[in-house]
Amino acid sequence: MTISEDTPLALEPGGRPVASTRPVGRHPSGTRWLIYLALVIAVVITLFPFFWMMTSSFKTQGEILRNPTGLFPQDPTWENYATWFTQLDIQKFFFNSVLVAVVTVLGNLVFCSMVGYALAKMDFPGKRLLFVLVLICLMTPGVVTLVPLFVLVSKIGLVNTYPALILPFLTTPLGVFLMRQFMMGIPDPLIEAARIDGAGDFRIFARIVIPLCGPPLATLGILTFLASWNNFLWPLVAAQSEDKYTLPVALALYTTGQDATDYGLLLAGSVLVVGPIVLLFVCLQRFFTQSIAATGVK
Amino acid sequence: MSSTTTPASAVNGAGRVVRTKASRARRRRQGIIAWLFALPFVLGFAVFMLFPIVSSFVMSFTDFTSRDVQNSFAVAFVGVSQYADLFSDPRFIKSMTVTAYFVVVGIPLTMVVALILAVALNSGIEKFRTVFRVGFYTPVVTSIVAIAVVWKFILQDNGLLNTVLGWVGIDGPNWLNSTTWAMPAMIIMAVWRNMGTLMIIFLAGLQAIPQEVKEAAAIDGANAWTSFRRITLPLLRPTLLLGAVLLSVGYLQFFEEPFVMTKGGPLDSTLSISYYTFNQFGFGKYATASAASYILFVAIALLSLVQFRALRSKD
Repeated sequence: MTISEDTPLALEPGGRPVASTRPVGRHPSGTRWLIYLALVIAVVITLFPFFWMMTSSFKTQGEILRNPTGLFPQDPTWENYATWFTQLDIQKFFFNSVLVAVVTVLGNLVFCSMVGYALAKMDFPGKRLLFVLVLICLMTPGVVTLVPLFVLVSKIGLVNTYPALILPFLTTPLGVFLMRQFMMGIPDPLIEAARIDGAGDFRIFARIVIPLCGPPLATLGILTFLASWNNFLWPLVAAQSEDKYTLPVALALYTTGQDATDYGLLLAGSVLVVGPIVLLFVCLQRFFTQSIAATGVK
Repeated sequence: MSSTTTPASAVNGAGRVVRTKASRARRRRQGIIAWLFALPFVLGFAVFMLFPIVSSFVMSFTDFTSRDVQNSFAVAFVGVSQYADLFSDPRFIKSMTVTAYFVVVGIPLTMVVALILAVALNSGIEKFRTVFRVGFYTPVVTSIVAIAVVWKFILQDNGLLNTVLGWVGIDGPNWLNSTTWAMPAMIIMAVWRNMGTLMIIFLAGLQAIPQEVKEAAAIDGANAWTSFRRITLPLLRPTLLLGAVLLSVGYLQFFEEPFVMTKGGPLDSTLSISYYTFNQFGFGKYATASAASYILFVAIALLSLVQFRALRSKD
C-alpha cells in the first residue's frame, strides 16, 4: 500500500485528524505491547496454581515436604494417581458425579423449558404468582433450605440415595428464568399461525418453540452441569457412605480425614476433580462465555 | 398476548354469547394445559424449594432440634427468642462482621480487577484474546475443594506466596493461621475465583458501547483516561450494577472458602453467617440455624432490592 492511496482518506471532507485512521480504542504499538505484557503476566499468575498443582501431583511425599515451592518434580512418580485408582474407589466417585450431573442437566432442560413455555406464551390463572415465586427463589441462599431439606429427606428415608442427590436440583429457578426470558422473544404470530393450522400446545412446544431454543438450552445445560459437578454442601450432607460420594465430597473428606497429610495424594485428587471440567471448558469455551454473558445481559 | 388473538374476539350480534362461552371454555382449557406444562416444575419446586423455605421460616420461631425429626410432638413455639438469642450471641455478631468485611472489601476489589481485565481485553488487541479470556475464566469452572488443596500450599508459611513476597523484601505472614491475615487470604482467593465471570459480563457491556461516542470524545480532545471516566463508565453503569448484584448475592453467602481452608478459624476470624448456620445445623440446633439463615436471607433480599432500584432508576 502506498501513501498516495492512503492520503485522500485521511484528508476527507470533515477534516478528520489523521490519527483517526486507526480505530479508536486501539493504542499505538508501544502501549499495545505494554498491555500484552501486563495481560501475559496476569494470566500466568492466574493459571499458576493449576500448573503447580499438576507438576506437584507427580512429586513424592518426601519431596513435597522438603521443598514445598519447587516447580518440577525431581523424580516424577505415578504413585499418587495409582493410589486413587487402586486403593480408593475413584471410578465410583467419578461415576456418581457424572450420573448426578447428567440427570440434573436433563431434568433442567426438559422441565425448565416446559414451564418457561407456559410462562412466556400461555395465559393461565396464577401465572404472575408463579413467576414472582421463581424470582424470589433466585436469591434464596442455600443455607435457608439446607436444614428443612435434610429433615424432609430423612423423613422420607432418602438420605444416602441417588434421588436425594438429584431431586432437589432437578429444576432450578435460574433455568426457568432463562428459558422464559428467551421464549418471550419468540414472535407470537409464529405460534398463532401454528395454532390456526390446528396444532395443539404440545406440538407447538415440541416442533416450533424447542427447535428455536438452542442457545438458551446450551446455556442452561452448561450452567447446570457446572453447578452440579462442583456442588459441595448438599452432597456432603446427603451422601453418607463412600459408594454415594461425588468427587468433591470424596476429596474434601480425604483432605480432612486420616489422609489429610498425604499431600501428593490430595494434589493428584485435585487434578482428577479439576481436569475433566477444565478440558470440557477449553473445548466448549465459546459456549461457556456466551452463557455467562447471556445470564448477565438476560 | 395470545388471549387477544383468539378468533372469538371479532364476532358480534347473535353469535356473540355462544362465542364468548366458547372462548371462555377455550381459555379454561388453555389454563389447564399451561398448568400441565408447569406441573413437573411446580411439584419439584413446591417440595424441594417452597416447602423448605416456608418451614425454615416457621422453624425459626420454634425450639426444633435434631431430636425432633422423627417425633415432633415436643416442639414448642418460642416466638422471636431464637432471633433474640442470636443477636446476643457474640459468635453470631462476629459472623456478621466477618461477612460484612468480606462483602465490603471483596466486591469492590473483584469489580475493579474484572473491569481492568475487561478494558485491557477490549483495548484493540486481537491476537490471543481468546487465550486470555479462557485463562482468566478457568478458575470459575473449578471445584473449590480442589482449589483449596492447592491454595493451602500457596498460602502456607513457607509457601509460594511468601517466597515471592520475600523476593521483594516483604516478610509475609502465616496467612491461614493469622487472625489478621486469614480474611485477606480468603478475599484474594475469592477475587481470583470470581473475576472471570464479571470480566465476561463487563466485556459484553464494553462491546455494546458504540464506537462513535468514543470517537466523538477523541475528536473533542479527550484523552484516554477522561474518555474512560466520563463516557465509558457512565455508559457501563447498568452492567456494573448488575455485576454488583450478582456478586453480592454470592458473596453474602460466603461459606465454601473458609469451610475448606480454615474451618472458620483461627479464633472465628473467618466464621461467616453461612458457616455459623452450618455449624448450628451440625450441632442439631435446627431452629437456631433456621433463624440465622433467615437473617442472611433478609440481608440478601434487601441489598438486591436496593441495587435493583438503583439499576432501574437510570434506565
